[in-house]
Amino acid sequence: MDKEALIPQLGVVKEIEEMTPDVKTFRIVGPDGNKLFDQIPGQCGMLSMPGVGEGMFSITSSPTERRYQEFSIKRCGHLTTWLHGMEEGQEICIRGPYGNGFPVDTDFKGKDMLFIAGGIGLAPVRSVINYCRAHRENYGKMDIVYGSRSKEDLCFIKEIQSEWVNTPNCDVWLTIDREEEGWDGHVGFVPNYVQELNFSTDKICVICGPPVMIHFTLQGLKKLGFTESQVYTTLEMRMKCGIGKCGRCNVGDKYVCKDGPVFRCDQLDLLPPEY
Amino acid sequence: MAVFKIPYADLGKLFAAVSASEKLYLPVDNKLGQANFEEWEEGKEMSKQLNTVRSAKDFFFPQIQPLVKFRREDKKVDIIDIREESEDFVIFGAKACDVRSFDVLDNVFLAEPVDTQYKTRREHATIVSLACNRPAETCFCGTFGIDAAKPAGDVESWIIGDDFYMEPVTDKGQAFIDKVKDVVAEGDQAAVDGQIEKIRTIMGKLPLADLKPVDNREKELEVFNSPKWDELSSHCLGCGACTFVCPTCQCFDIEDFNAGYGNVERFRCWDSCMYNEFTLMAAGTPRKTQKERFRQRFMHKLVYYPIKNDGMYSCVGCGRCLRKCPIQMNIVKVMKTLEEDA
Amino acid sequence: MQAELIKRATELMEDGTVNRVLGWQKGQFVYDITPAVFTSVEDLKENFVYNAFCGDNLSKYLRAESEKEGKVLVFLKPCDTYSFNQLLTEYKIHRENVYVIGIECNGKTSGEDLKKKGIEGILDVEENGDELTVRTIYGDEKVSLKDVESYRCATCKSRKHVAYDELIGEDGDILDSHRFDQVEEIEKMSAEERFNFWRGEFSRCIRCNACRNVCPACTCEKCVFDNYDSGLYNKAAENTFEEQCFHIIRAYHVAGRCTDCGECSRVCPEHIPLHLLNRKFIKDYDALYGDFMAGAEVGQMSPVVDFTMDNDAEPSVVQKGGAE
Repeated sequence: MDKEALIPQLGVVKEIEEMTPDVKTFRIVGPDGNKLFDQIPGQCGMLSMPGVGEGMFSITSSPTERRYQEFSIKRCGHLTTWLHGMEEGQEICIRGPYGNGFPVDTDFKGKDMLFIAGGIGLAPVRSVINYCRAHRENYGKMDIVYGSRSKEDLCFIKEIQSEWVNTPNCDVWLTIDREEEGWDGHVGFVPNYVQELNFSTDKICVICGPPVMIHFTLQGLKKLGFTESQVYTTLEMRMKCGIGKCGRCNVGDKYVCKDGPVFRCDQLDLLPPEY
Repeated sequence: MAVFKIPYADLGKLFAAVSASEKLYLPVDNKLGQANFEEWEEGKEMSKQLNTVRSAKDFFFPQIQPLVKFRREDKKVDIIDIREESEDFVIFGAKACDVRSFDVLDNVFLAEPVDTQYKTRREHATIVSLACNRPAETCFCGTFGIDAAKPAGDVESWIIGDDFYMEPVTDKGQAFIDKVKDVVAEGDQAAVDGQIEKIRTIMGKLPLADLKPVDNREKELEVFNSPKWDELSSHCLGCGACTFVCPTCQCFDIEDFNAGYGNVERFRCWDSCMYNEFTLMAAGTPRKTQKERFRQRFMHKLVYYPIKNDGMYSCVGCGRCLRKCPIQMNIVKVMKTLEEDA
Repeated sequence: MQAELIKRATELMEDGTVNRVLGWQKGQFVYDITPAVFTSVEDLKENFVYNAFCGDNLSKYLRAESEKEGKVLVFLKPCDTYSFNQLLTEYKIHRENVYVIGIECNGKTSGEDLKKKGIEGILDVEENGDELTVRTIYGDEKVSLKDVESYRCATCKSRKHVAYDELIGEDGDILDSHRFDQVEEIEKMSAEERFNFWRGEFSRCIRCNACRNVCPACTCEKCVFDNYDSGLYNKAAENTFEEQCFHIIRAYHVAGRCTDCGECSRVCPEHIPLHLLNRKFIKDYDALYGDFMAGAEVGQMSPVVDFTMDNDAEPSVVQKGGAE
């Protein structure tokens, strides 16, 4: 019989890196040690441990990472708690890649890019950032605004400080919610920081974070003069099949798992507000 | 193609002839006089009920379907593909509405990536449909352009007087007739044409004969925001009766069954958008009240699905929800109420 | 009777006693009647209906309705008043926000009950006392209400109202309707026969939860079967054993609180006689603890939760506990 999308393939957890107290990044390869599949930035993978559960996670590594797929996962429920307890070498089930991904080679190409992320929301955005960095000549100025509750909750801080800040024509703007000892950077919420930074509007903007952060950042961007057709975000809905059949993530005529999770904000206005 | 017939009383012979080489399923009455599809065996008679309680979608999209098995030991995981190619089988006596429901389901399960278990069952099924001699007041298949007098499938059939008439309409249908050619005789086309006329006349007299669907594809948000949803959904109990008897409802859940000792069976099962935990995530649900869940079901059938599928509706007018909803709320009431708005 | 109900409801709305009415709304056909709240006199006059098909027990809706602003008028049939009392006993209804009109009931039927008699294509039904004239597209049929009465009505426990603010029509009596006959038949079966009987019945279950959601005794905020962490979470059965599990656990959960209103069996799309499970409990309660009817009075405790050493205790339990 043909390959069945709902039957996962086997992956192996090659490396686990602790990012923050409740976020770990898992590097996953196939049983032969090679990368499992190709993907587009912003696409997702369905990870499962039989008997524990299955869940959709965004692939945080860029397609230009040839060695493995990375998933940065926050511990918050049944399955994620189990995943956090895994050791390297654990076999795991994986399906994907799923979803549409960001239009990095079309709409984004040649444009100045503004990335805005909050907390674990950096996971999908990082795949785009690293893709743009790897194809630096294809994109204009890069601005990255990233914030979290506290210093220790900033994901990928090593990579940000050693690689992102050294990327040509790329500015990184970090912020944390409250003052903290040992932090001399910006303090304040992401939406406010974006206002303060007063970006020019000739950019494509990618936002990901908690719904409330997206909401206020979008309002702020509009004040700065951005239009919704310049802003891309990713939606989160409960998913089971990942292939647009089980009906769970259906919003309007879209299936978030298949037609999303990436949407341009003006497209979202055409959908019933049920996400 | 030619028309064949067999005395109704001799249908058992036809069933026996088919069953010699493949399983045949037909509507059979239980002790309460309710029909459901069962595998034919000697002595079982076809139900005279208008339709089955459960729809025929079970054949392709069963309520519970194993997907894959796993074995876990320490850090090792084995993935065991348990799928099997379906055997040939016959669905006998499906009504026009249920036959159309297969097309509706096809648009979901045969879309890329193809659902392989659905596909193999579809490929191996021969559908012998049966025209409805006595449609009920709850029938409105005509609303969706379905003809209860010519019910489609691989073989169309009619009960005319004491005889059972069949006309193969596909190659699969012809193969079916070839299998039973020893027990059937050539029939009279005029008899069939007469019966078709008769049924169409009755269909025209049904109370819902004038119900027309409204193409709201361009008015997605307008319909979504209609104030009528409050009233329509106000007494919905949030059960799944309508979704589970519906031939086109296809939402499903995927769950693991822990069989112990590291053995895990992953299965899918029917799910209902009417249930409160359908879209529940750790962070909450975007559909907080029964109004939103109720609206989702009907918006999907009448607006979202048609947008995605060239105007085809995800309702076949079988009338099951009209009979089975505990509070007698149903898609016809929804359509008529929304129509007042339009 | 319908005219009388509308007239009285109109008066009560107009004099400000209530601001809305919980009743039954006309459908597409004569029988597909939906529970509804009427907020205007015009709405009442146009859409309110009361006939032999108004089977829905409106008590459970009062849980949400009595939370709302103002007083709601509700029409309750005798069996519904038992559910009403039971919900009051469990503090699920704000009594002060409800005005109850008890209405006489002579048994109900349903579209399904007519169809069981082979009547299809129903266009209209005319009620003339106990006689129904059913007009269908295939001709007219006359049936007596007794012949097409719902099973739960044929074995009705009581035509007497146990709660009301006023009554329209005659109050009835507590009936001896042989409602335990079928339970006795099942009791007489061998264990294997009984197991097979229920396995056959439950094999038809499609797990739609209609029985649970309609049940006035099922009022948990979150059902164990919907709770992922309960260990009982499932929405479809891997095997028939699980279906038995669902229905038997549910029967246990409502034991001593079930008023035998029969809504579970009325709404089951597969006509599984679910009420028999509940009646078995009721029968056992009667036998073990003396006659007990949940909902007969407000505030009465079910024998199994109302423990007194000298009265109700099951002797072996008392002794076992005492010995240790």
